[in-house]
Amino acid sequence: MTLDARRLREDFPILARLVRGKPLAYLDNAATSQKPKSVIDALSSFYSTNNANVHRGVHTLSEESTNMAEAVRAKLAAFVGAPKPETLVFTRNATESLNLIAHAWGRKFLKKGDLVLSTEMEHHSNIVPWQLLAAERGVRVKYVPVLADGTLDLDACRALLAEGPKLFTFTAISNAIGTVNPVLELIRMGKAAGATVSVDVCQWAPHRPMDLRTWGADFASFSAHKMLGPTGVGVLWGREELLEAMDPFLGGGDMISRVTLERSTWNALPYKFEAGTPNYADQVAFGPALDYLSAAGLDAIREHEDRLAAKAKALLEERGVTVLGPSEPSKRSGVVSFNVPGLHPHDVGTIFDLEGVAVRVGHHCCQPLMHKLQCGGTARASFYLYNDDSDVEALRRALQRTLDFFKIGAKAGAR
Amino acid sequence: MEGDAELQDLYREVLLDYFRSTTRKGKVEPADVRAHGINPVCGDEIEITVQREGGKFAKLRYAGHGCVISQASAAMMGEALEGRTETEVRALIKAFKSMMLENAPVSELPSDLEALSALEGVRRFPLRVKCATLAWNTILQGLDAAPAEEA
Repeated sequence: MTLDARRLREDFPILARLVRGKPLAYLDNAATSQKPKSVIDALSSFYSTNNANVHRGVHTLSEESTNMAEAVRAKLAAFVGAPKPETLVFTRNATESLNLIAHAWGRKFLKKGDLVLSTEMEHHSNIVPWQLLAAERGVRVKYVPVLADGTLDLDACRALLAEGPKLFTFTAISNAIGTVNPVLELIRMGKAAGATVSVDVCQWAPHRPMDLRTWGADFASFSAHKMLGPTGVGVLWGREELLEAMDPFLGGGDMISRVTLERSTWNALPYKFEAGTPNYADQVAFGPALDYLSAAGLDAIREHEDRLAAKAKALLEERGVTVLGPSEPSKRSGVVSFNVPGLHPHDVGTIFDLEGVAVRVGHHCCQPLMHKLQCGGTARASFYLYNDDSDVEALRRALQRTLDFFKIGAKAGAR
Repeated sequence: MEGDAELQDLYREVLLDYFRSTTRKGKVEPADVRAHGINPVCGDEIEITVQREGGKFAKLRYAGHGCVISQASAAMMGEALEGRTETEVRALIKAFKSMMLENAPVSELPSDLEALSALEGVRRFPLRVKCATLAWNTILQGLDAAPAEEA
């Protein structure tokens, strides 16, 4: 199955707009994806016809909205291969999912001196919660080093796992430079070392098939907005026994079973972790996003992105631009992170914007990784299913304009 | 190249010259004023060091990495502030910031700051204004933290 991106594009209203007089070339998909009309319509239709608070009333609307929101949880379970829908907890975003692990699992099961193993490649959201826990509980945090080619140092990883960390938490794919980690191997290594294993799949879930049942991890975190869904819906998947053993995250409505003035008991999974009125409208609108991805096919999506990303990488390198991350195509995602020699990513981003090309510039919330790779930041083009060759061509035009304007390639100081 | 009017307005020739200039890059030691600034949007860092002499800024140097706008602005700031008393320095910082942040007309800049009118075009790129003001906010923090020079 191959993708007809030209046809898919028509489903995404925003792709028809102009930016600074140029057709939008949206290459910031690692930050967030655009939404198909079916998702936008679902949100509007839900508020127009079904809206009522979930899990509360016996009236028709409440029943409808509860059923619709829960149907999406079931759909999502099938999409990511979760053994049961109730092992999927809805949060606000993946950052909240990771913080939920730190609070509800970490505070209960980690004690002073315990080791948490993360990596130098992580998004700040998989570093800072552990640092906070270190300050509060005296746990130690260590990081698997990143090699010069942007891959994890697996020998060092083995040595660190031999120190017996209680938790091994890592990203499946680097959001900043697009390195695809050997996820299954890392999970096996972590479990063999006796660690609880948490995987950040934010950059994986939108692009590659996954089967949580067979992966063998204990936690997985991701967010709907990077996979064609609405903002405000994050997901934490956890192994059922772990979720059962954990204490609640936030206290309040929906998460309780019985409350007296002295004590309370907790509701069943997943509601124990979903205190307060959930973002059920956006959860409902996440459903058509999953349908859209399923219809397009994740394998076809990945193949399509890989082709565009490889083409973009080649044209950048032909023009003397440094592309970060591994050179082996099998270790790369649809993220192409680059630096124009002698130019700051911010200046690159501004000129790209004038060409209608949306790329992310800066540290990508990965300052430790940028520091390790000895750059303050990068410009990052990231592809998704609705991108096509015209976007790569826009990238080429924007780059040429940048090189011409700053006379890169001409003698320095020739002005 | 056609259609570059917008770009040429943002990246005026004089800014590119200041960006490439190394005259005030580096550090002065020992420093009477030392300040470290970060632009959280891009992670750019700047360290500004100043030596005072006879009640005036004698030498100002900036170190770190940054975009054309932030580096050129730091270089121009160094040029504008050297030889000034602290009172003058604070007045110039205020005038520059009101041009960038409050859209004060460039014609209101003190004649000493005339060169800085080259940053006028940045105002049309709101996301880049922080790049232009980074050095200025940093030195201001440094002044507030440093003991005033003995009279």
